[in-house]
Amino acid sequence: MTSVSKPLVKVRNLHFSRGDKVIFEGVDLDIQRGWITAIMGPSGTGKTTLLKLIGGQLRPDSGTIEVDGMDVHRLGTRDLYQLRKRMGMLFQSGALLTDISVFDNVAYPLREHTGLPETMIHKLVLLKLEAVGLRGARDLMPGALSGGMARRVALARAMALDPMMIMYDEPFTGQDPISLGVLVKLIGSLNDASRLTSIVVSHDVGETAQIADYIYVISRGKVVDQGMPEQMMTSDAPWTRQFMKGLPDGPAPFHYPAAELEKDLMGH
Amino acid sequence: MSRSRSLEILVGSFMAAGFVALFFLAMQVSNLSSASTGEGYLVAARFDNIGSLKVRSPVTMAGVRVGRVHGIEYDSETYEAVVSLRIESRFDKIPDDSFAKIFTAGLLGEQYVGLDPGGSDLYLKEGDQISLTQPALVLEEIIGQFLFSKAQEGESK
Amino acid sequence: MLDALARLGRIGIGILGHIGRGHLLLLSILGGIPALFRRPRLLVDQIYAVGVLSMLIIAVSGTFVGMVLGLQGYYILSQFGAEQTLGVMVAASLVRELGPVVAALLFAGRAGSALTAEIGLMGATEQLSGLEMMAVNPVKRILAPRFLAGLISMPLLAAIFSALGVMGGYFVGVGLLGVDDGAFWSQMQAKIDLHEDVYNGVIKSLVFGLVCTWIALFQGYYATPTSEGVSRATTRTVVHSSLAVLGLDFILTALMFGD
Repeated sequence: MTSVSKPLVKVRNLHFSRGDKVIFEGVDLDIQRGWITAIMGPSGTGKTTLLKLIGGQLRPDSGTIEVDGMDVHRLGTRDLYQLRKRMGMLFQSGALLTDISVFDNVAYPLREHTGLPETMIHKLVLLKLEAVGLRGARDLMPGALSGGMARRVALARAMALDPMMIMYDEPFTGQDPISLGVLVKLIGSLNDASRLTSIVVSHDVGETAQIADYIYVISRGKVVDQGMPEQMMTSDAPWTRQFMKGLPDGPAPFHYPAAELEKDLMGH
Repeated sequence: MSRSRSLEILVGSFMAAGFVALFFLAMQVSNLSSASTGEGYLVAARFDNIGSLKVRSPVTMAGVRVGRVHGIEYDSETYEAVVSLRIESRFDKIPDDSFAKIFTAGLLGEQYVGLDPGGSDLYLKEGDQISLTQPALVLEEIIGQFLFSKAQEGESK
Repeated sequence: MLDALARLGRIGIGILGHIGRGHLLLLSILGGIPALFRRPRLLVDQIYAVGVLSMLIIAVSGTFVGMVLGLQGYYILSQFGAEQTLGVMVAASLVRELGPVVAALLFAGRAGSALTAEIGLMGATEQLSGLEMMAVNPVKRILAPRFLAGLISMPLLAAIFSALGVMGGYFVGVGLLGVDDGAFWSQMQAKIDLHEDVYNGVIKSLVFGLVCTWIALFQGYYATPTSEGVSRATTRTVVHSSLAVLGLDFILTALMFGD
């Protein structure tokens, strides 16, 4: 952990809504270089949306997102694509192209963007696959992979162009304990080894807290708390306490908003 | 590698089959050689009556198609139909005093323009007009004339 | 009353938005086509998926449609003693109408639905999003080659349909029913015009190819990313393409042959 220098990603006063549903109303975030920053919050708070906003796939209603000093939503298509080459994103489903093999999937961004000779690409792909432990699976089709393996291949693909940062969308959801452990270890070690910046979006408190350097908690369109993992685990703020400890009721109510039970029952 | 090669072969044969089919349609079904490509020269002919002659009807000499009807217009001053004929450029030796008649192919067939060669040494060229014409025979007129002459015969007896 | 007006307005705006997005998509697809000439490999793969895989159904249907035309045409024409013109009837109906139209309908059912399902599922499984985040434009990389492949394949498929149909009509008329071989071909050649009939047929099938592929890609690209959304989009592709083909056929026929 280096000193707090200029952040890599700066989100300021972000507003975004989809139809009538307000998703963000005034979010401020700083993602520090070289850190693993976790963005946590209950399902449906728009964490994936936040990543798509950072990647420039969605446009905010107001507010700015700066990545490496550039305002993502003011960039032209060419510059945006240029910037995206330096960002990797790991989708929840892996998002591998299903009609080509594991090897070709990892080779894909290299072939699209680098113009390197095929022998060179071959070596690079094998190195990336080795890093995620799947060099042996290079000839499999994505359909033959388990969910955890698909995510590891997608991770190798996201790293193929040696990006400056990787965004992980719910990397721990729906994994068996072993692949969970593998992923946690991979994310941590990759970040340290490649001097990456990582953004992890997740609601898996335990795993995320293990690797994160800094945690933001988002709820109902706002950042409700932030801090180092240890601070967060012991935080007194009622919301953070409920989320980190997984209490069924608290500021986030157990009940979906509804009329009084008596009224509903007696109504008809 | 072999899979992609067989795929290429399949795509190649598909495209070849498609072009062969197009070629077949052009050569065997529609006979490319007799196609009128819109080239040739235009001559005009005036008729009192063109019957049911249409644009694109054939123009023949001695039964051989030499062109097509290019346009039909009505001249409101002479009360005549002006038919422009597009003659293919390889038929460039048609005497300029040729005789244009409108015929009917068979009893109920379509109508076409037949050219009878004259004896002139000068040949038709772009923009010329054929002065000798014979209008189309209209069936009702013939029947009318026939009945009229029969009636006259009856009266004279 | 005002509610009804508002609803009508909303539907109208929705349709306009739809049309607008469709045209914008077409524009960016067209923008991606020049790049394909540098990577013909992408195109070859798609011609295989769109064209070669539609071959069988086109060939079989074409042959049978031609055979039926031969049979029906013979019975009608022989009542007028005009069975010599069977060749004209078979070829004219195939080259002008049935070839382009039936081939396009089969194409919409076979290739169009497959395209929509493929693109729709790529959307539902975040593959399109994934490409975007890899700084690859999915419209140019995924949609454009499929579009061009449809545009190239459709006229070829229609030609194959017509040619095999004529062969089928020949087989039934000349082979089974005893129409004179020479008259069959010579009458056909005298009456079928290369420009009027064959070219116009090719133009029709080009237009149908463009519209069918465009609709299929549009429906796939904007399909709701769920299994239900993709299945609905696939149905819409077939329905919309078929209606578009039949409607456009009327307009094109009126423009080409009506005088």
